[in-house]
Amino acid sequence: MEYTLDRRRRAMTVGAILMLIAAGIVILSLNTGSIRLSPMTVIQTFIGKGSPDDTMVLFEFRLPRILVTLLAGIGLGISGAILQGLSKNSLADPGILGIHAGASFGLILFVTFFHSMNSMSSLLIPFFTFAGGTAAALLIVWLAYDRHQGFLPVRLLLIGIAVSAGFSAISLFLSLSLDEQTYAFTARWLIGSVWGRDWIHVYTLLPWIAFIVPYVLLQSKSLNAFSLGDELAAGIGTPVRRQRLLLLACAVALSCASVAMSGGIGFIGLVAPHIARRLVGPMHQHFLIIAGLVGLVILVAADTIGRSIFQPNAIPAGVVVAAVGAPYFLYLLRRTK
Amino acid sequence: MRTGFIQHWLGKQAASGAGIAQFIAVLFFALFGLALSMFLAVSFGAKDLSLSTVWTAIIHYNPELTAHQIIHELRLPRVLAAAVIGAAFAVAGALMQGVTRNPLADAGILGVNAGATFMIVLCFAFFPNLPYSALMLLSFMGAVLSALLIFLLGSSPGGLTPLRLTVAGAVVAALLHSLSSGIAIYYELSQDLAFWYAGGVAGVKWHHLELLAPIILIAIAASIALGRSVSIIAMGEEVAVNLGVKTKRIRVLGMAAALVLAGVSVSAVGSIGFVGLVIPHIARKLVGVDYRLIIPVSALLGAVLLVLADLAARMVNPPKELAIGVMVALVGVPFFLYLAHRERRNL
Repeated sequence: MEYTLDRRRRAMTVGAILMLIAAGIVILSLNTGSIRLSPMTVIQTFIGKGSPDDTMVLFEFRLPRILVTLLAGIGLGISGAILQGLSKNSLADPGILGIHAGASFGLILFVTFFHSMNSMSSLLIPFFTFAGGTAAALLIVWLAYDRHQGFLPVRLLLIGIAVSAGFSAISLFLSLSLDEQTYAFTARWLIGSVWGRDWIHVYTLLPWIAFIVPYVLLQSKSLNAFSLGDELAAGIGTPVRRQRLLLLACAVALSCASVAMSGGIGFIGLVAPHIARRLVGPMHQHFLIIAGLVGLVILVAADTIGRSIFQPNAIPAGVVVAAVGAPYFLYLLRRTK
Repeated sequence: MRTGFIQHWLGKQAASGAGIAQFIAVLFFALFGLALSMFLAVSFGAKDLSLSTVWTAIIHYNPELTAHQIIHELRLPRVLAAAVIGAAFAVAGALMQGVTRNPLADAGILGVNAGATFMIVLCFAFFPNLPYSALMLLSFMGAVLSALLIFLLGSSPGGLTPLRLTVAGAVVAALLHSLSSGIAIYYELSQDLAFWYAGGVAGVKWHHLELLAPIILIAIAASIALGRSVSIIAMGEEVAVNLGVKTKRIRVLGMAAALVLAGVSVSAVGSIGFVGLVIPHIARKLVGVDYRLIIPVSALLGAVLLVLADLAARMVNPPKELAIGVMVALVGVPFFLYLAHRERRNL
């Protein structure tokens, strides 16, 4: 009991520190870019005392984008944590497993039908990416699941790589028939450029995160059970099959909704749970939310770095994340047996 | 006893009348298929030309006829390039599968192509006016660097299992691809480079071919010469050592040949994956496990596959052209899934 309390206290401290770091980075990122807002201006504007120009820049341009980044970071981090817990595979990540490739296929279908990204129809984008991601996930589960052995870790990755290559090929096939402007957009999207920058994009992403994350947190007990193995989980009364499907659907929904607004960013779902596990241990009731917060910090930091260091052409956050995340993956791969 | 048996068997199979006859039959059919598909590829396209025109254009080239000009300046170099490069990727894949004993090895999957592409992107960003020969050399060096990276990172106390190698390769490829895209965006090169990502033989001219073809042909010949040792390595480390094969040297030589083939090809047409995966498996089905036979058959079949893929890329939606890499991937991905599914007991 004391141990649990101790853990909880630790998780809360870590969470608070992560929030502070995130706030610091957000203030830093507001202070960069073509129109800079100093911390003082930001605070003044927030309490309604800023100049009309600052108010417009902050509330119409900067804030929505930052909110999209924060939400997407949470979604990606938690999604990776669920996937790693379900597959008992510390190398699982929605990007590597090909779910993002499925999502990008969905996005390209969307652009082919609707052509526009900024109108009300952008509310539908997550549904398209979710459908694509689900298709990819089903394909992977179907190919990689073995009735007797469950998901063999490295084989799961291998199937994911193949599924991802397949969906990328189909996406490339479809994207070549797009007009030039849409093609340029999808190309940037594919390597993970946070493009959501209007309030409509925030409203699009918010319900997915706001509904699914609490649900997943309520299910953290079953995730703990899964990490003991299917048989034990069933033994302590977890409906294994149904729970696995539900949680998998949640992971896919979280990551697909996030990438719908943030572009195909890989490796956050890999790195965030690892860091979170180091920080607060493997109990999902603490670890899930911390994974989400770590994801948030990573994505905000990557976006800020990509935009501020590499002037004048911003580098997509996905490139920054991959430059750090891929070596980390290789390091983990080297260590796993 | 065991080694004696294998030596006996290897020698026997290669020498036996039936094996040789089947090999010659396969070779003959592959050559015929290559000739036919090349003729088709030269004659069909945005402007369809009759087979007789193609024939006369090749035999008696008349620079004053538009049809002859199209054939000589546009169609012929690209079809020849598709054939040569298809052969190169297929042989590179066969060598990699042999020396790493990994049925899923391929220049695209293992990240070698991504290394070469990354180098080309760097060249475009920093030294935009390099001559093609320098580009080719650097592209080869990129392939070598990424291969070293993958082998270094993929190896671990547990050894370099096929799966680990494949996963490490895929992630290195993802990393290099991402970095390439970042550089391309930063230096506003996306337009120039889209072609290298997807792969295309449309830009190949005679002067590229003059440089490319001899290197590829020599590397393929060297690979065939390595074939005997590679087939013994493919049977297992112990067998090879017992038979007196210098496994380390053969591995390095085999990988070097594969990297030359892949690097040089990427410098001309960009990254085309899956040729090196699919073709050697088909070749193995046709002529057995002897790499002396697998390599030449792979070369021919790879040539046929890319020539047909290029033709399909032109014919699906004329006058627009699709990326040739996409056409190959549409065939290659299901095949990869099938292989991964079939091999799961062994992996």
